[in-house]
Amino acid sequence: MTAQAPGPAALIVFILFFAATILLGSTVSWWRAHRPAHGADKSEDWGLGGRQFGTWVTWFLVGGDFYTAYTVIAVPALVYATGAFGFFALPYTIIVYPFVFLVMPILWRIAHAGRHATAADIVRARFGSRPLELAIACSGLVAVMPYIALQLIGIRTVIAALGLPGEIPLIVAFVSLAAYTWLGGLHAPALTAFIKDIMIYIAVLAAVIVIPVHLGGYAAMFATAAQHLPKPEGNHALMAGQAVPYATLALSSALAAFLYPHTLTGVLAARSADTIRKNAVMLPAYTLLLGLIAMLGLMAHAAGIVTTHSSSVVPLLFLAIFPAWFSGFCFAAVAVGALVPAAVMAIGAANLVTRNILTGRGQDVGAARIVAFGVKLGALACVLFLNAQFAIDLQLLGGLWILQTFPALVLGLTRIRFSAGAMLLGWTVGTLFGTYLCFQDGLKPTHVLALGGLHQAVSTGLLALLVNIGVVAVATVLVPGRRTETTVA
Amino acid sequence: MKMLRLALLLPFLGLLWLPFYDRIEPSFLGFPFFYWYQLAWVPLTSLLVLLVWKKGARS
Repeated sequence: MTAQAPGPAALIVFILFFAATILLGSTVSWWRAHRPAHGADKSEDWGLGGRQFGTWVTWFLVGGDFYTAYTVIAVPALVYATGAFGFFALPYTIIVYPFVFLVMPILWRIAHAGRHATAADIVRARFGSRPLELAIACSGLVAVMPYIALQLIGIRTVIAALGLPGEIPLIVAFVSLAAYTWLGGLHAPALTAFIKDIMIYIAVLAAVIVIPVHLGGYAAMFATAAQHLPKPEGNHALMAGQAVPYATLALSSALAAFLYPHTLTGVLAARSADTIRKNAVMLPAYTLLLGLIAMLGLMAHAAGIVTTHSSSVVPLLFLAIFPAWFSGFCFAAVAVGALVPAAVMAIGAANLVTRNILTGRGQDVGAARIVAFGVKLGALACVLFLNAQFAIDLQLLGGLWILQTFPALVLGLTRIRFSAGAMLLGWTVGTLFGTYLCFQDGLKPTHVLALGGLHQAVSTGLLALLVNIGVVAVATVLVPGRRTETTVA
Repeated sequence: MKMLRLALLLPFLGLLWLPFYDRIEPSFLGFPFFYWYQLAWVPLTSLLVLLVWKKGARS
């Protein structure tokens, strides 16, 4: 980064807010009157907050967990690079809520009754199949690991923008994150999520009010930004051929979003099914914020930011527009914004490992802590020793893999009697097919279908899911019924 | 009650069929149609979910 460092004021503000959040989260068990929920054991308290989070805590937790720091960096970066196409995150985070409203209260009820903490727990209870449980757990684990790495990359991006050299700051951030999760469990991100969210709201609202004023209003901002981007035909906002990828990526992302271990952990930690329904109504407030965050990518063009390193678009924009101290505040918002989801992700991964992959460790909070630490260490190693592109590619594949758990977890809720074997076969075929296509296409999220001379790019994850569901349907017709332990070669 | 749930399909239709909103004009408050149309679906979806929930619970 060649941008001038913003000076000591920004650095002091940054460290102040970051340290305060870490301290608050790590000590949560001391200053929070210790009251484990009725019947909840220690591991359930650490890994699921004792299933006692009310409407507001759930709102902040899921909001903080779903709209991550990486989102704040990556969505504007995509919009900066591609223009209107990058906005597919907006329909994605709208249509996800009718889905959450219909499906998640049912999953919550099953999990509550059976004291399940993970998707794999629920699937095991439904199908009674250990191989299927392992398949679901492995998908969750490999999908969430690169996500944690991306949060660390988010922290590194803002630290670099503050002008701190080397890898030491990242390691300091990592140690803080580790201590925070170890000591506080899910209570740490739950109770610091509100700090993160308020900081992000302040930063983004300031940006979307101040920046257009600088640039002469929204109409002028859109007009200037359009000059820096490829021009779509006629009255269109998207380029020719982008409409189908836009819609299919939005749909596949929305179907995958709440299958991830971290989002599901947030949902299962809710106090009641109605808490989730209320949140399906209230969470779209974050989507409005996300829409504004996405605009930052256009504003960067209008503000004359020129960079080939698109993930530094947001830091550069903040530095260009805001006074140094406020840039420091915004960077702290992003860094704190990375802690909350990273902690929940590590906890979600730990729940999977202790409950579904290793057996008989479900009650062991010590093991869960060690696994959560190991998962984060893996993410750190990935960021330090492999390049960032590796984490980004893996996250793309992770989205495809987690989507293949949709049939077992969601279609398994219907009255149709799918067999475990059919589900396992569908999962295997969908995962292999999607991964193969993705590699064939050079790790792009869409695959070009040739239908009678018509070439059309479609979300690869969605194609793999369709193949997966097709296999499940055929296998269910051929071998119907609810026979458990059907073996599949 | 079951019929009411079909209302939850509206956001999917409105947002996944691009010909509805892949256009610049008419703009509103300086926002091209493409952007304000999608932003408008945020409160609309919220209201639809609330409606389905409350009406569904009553019947």
